[in-house]
Amino acid sequence: MKIAIASGKGGTGKTTLAVNLASFLAESRKVVLCDLDVEEPNSGLFIKGKLIHREDKFKMIPEWEKDKCTLCGHCQKVCNFHAVIQLGDQIMVFPELCHSCYACSELCPVDALPMIPQKMGELKQFKKEGLSFVESRLDIGQEQAVPLIAQTREDLDKNFDDDFIKLFDAPPGTSCPVIEATKDADFVILITEPTPFGLHDLTLAVDTMRELEKNFGVIVNRHGIGNNDVLTYCQKKNIPVISKLPNDRRIAELYSRGSLIYQKIPEFKKQLVNIADYLLKLQEEGIR
Amino acid sequence: MKIAFTTKGTEWDSIMDPRFGRTEFITLYDEEKDELTNIDNRSIESVAHGASPQTAQKLFDLNPDVLITGNGPGGNAGRVLAQANLKIFVGAGNMTVKEAYNAYKNGELKGF
Repeated sequence: MKIAIASGKGGTGKTTLAVNLASFLAESRKVVLCDLDVEEPNSGLFIKGKLIHREDKFKMIPEWEKDKCTLCGHCQKVCNFHAVIQLGDQIMVFPELCHSCYACSELCPVDALPMIPQKMGELKQFKKEGLSFVESRLDIGQEQAVPLIAQTREDLDKNFDDDFIKLFDAPPGTSCPVIEATKDADFVILITEPTPFGLHDLTLAVDTMRELEKNFGVIVNRHGIGNNDVLTYCQKKNIPVISKLPNDRRIAELYSRGSLIYQKIPEFKKQLVNIADYLLKLQEEGIR
Repeated sequence: MKIAFTTKGTEWDSIMDPRFGRTEFITLYDEEKDELTNIDNRSIESVAHGASPQTAQKLFDLNPDVLITGNGPGGNAGRVLAQANLKIFVGAGNMTVKEAYNAYKNGELKGF
């Protein structure tokens, strides 16, 4: 079963939930947690495991070979992303705009745009007791998160079989990286806070998940602040509210020290037990 | 001299467009012919990525001597414009085309 934890708004508790839920589930099951917020991975601050694997990740970018080129201009016509343009007697490639679709390279009649690997980031795998943890980190200066997220998901599929519960810590927002991080999840948890900002971004995230035809539910974090509008919204839209995590200064203090929370705060653990039950029931009901 | 402006309209009284990549029009003034011409760039609105190299390419084909704009081109457009032998002046984003031209002539605009 693959479960993505996403949010819409940033800073609502994706990582807090992901690391605590993963550690808790790993006490009794095979679990892998994967940080797919590759622009800013931070689950690793809370999972201090042993590094067991590290590899560089590459994306493919065309490189112009001037001597072969006949300046037919075909490459710039087929590029949907304007990453290849012809200027007078030269072809310019913009790696930050390239989506590695190979169109220019494959359709070049004289093979003047071979695809060359370019390092975009690295993947690390850790082990902490029963929990496996994978994180990918985009290199500084790289602008596209999607290719690294896609490769990380593929790695996970290859290295962890279906017996594992796979938890994805997704990036915030509702743009391409979020879609890439949630697109093959069997269930998406949208975690929000009960504030006008939280509600605003939750509605965007809900619209996104509906568009992707995802099964999803909401967890309200810092329950007790703000107002009831998030709960009213969920009720009106028939969205299950899986849990309400308490607003508690001790949680913030533990978080700021990089500690797990459920081992110290029983009310938080109680909510995790409910969340785990909810997810395991979904699994039994046939969401793989 | 041929002078290109990023503009929101097609006349001397039109307001400049401070953006480079997503400028609505490129207005070209040919000083020798005393002629004002335009390229409609509004189709760029629907382009999600790579607007500025595309606009820069159009400008490259126009081959002006000077570009007058507002904020100045970003990195990608800069790479294209570096190929064109072109002087760039910025800071004219809130002017009309006429005002921008006069400011350029009086040496009041900042080079990019």
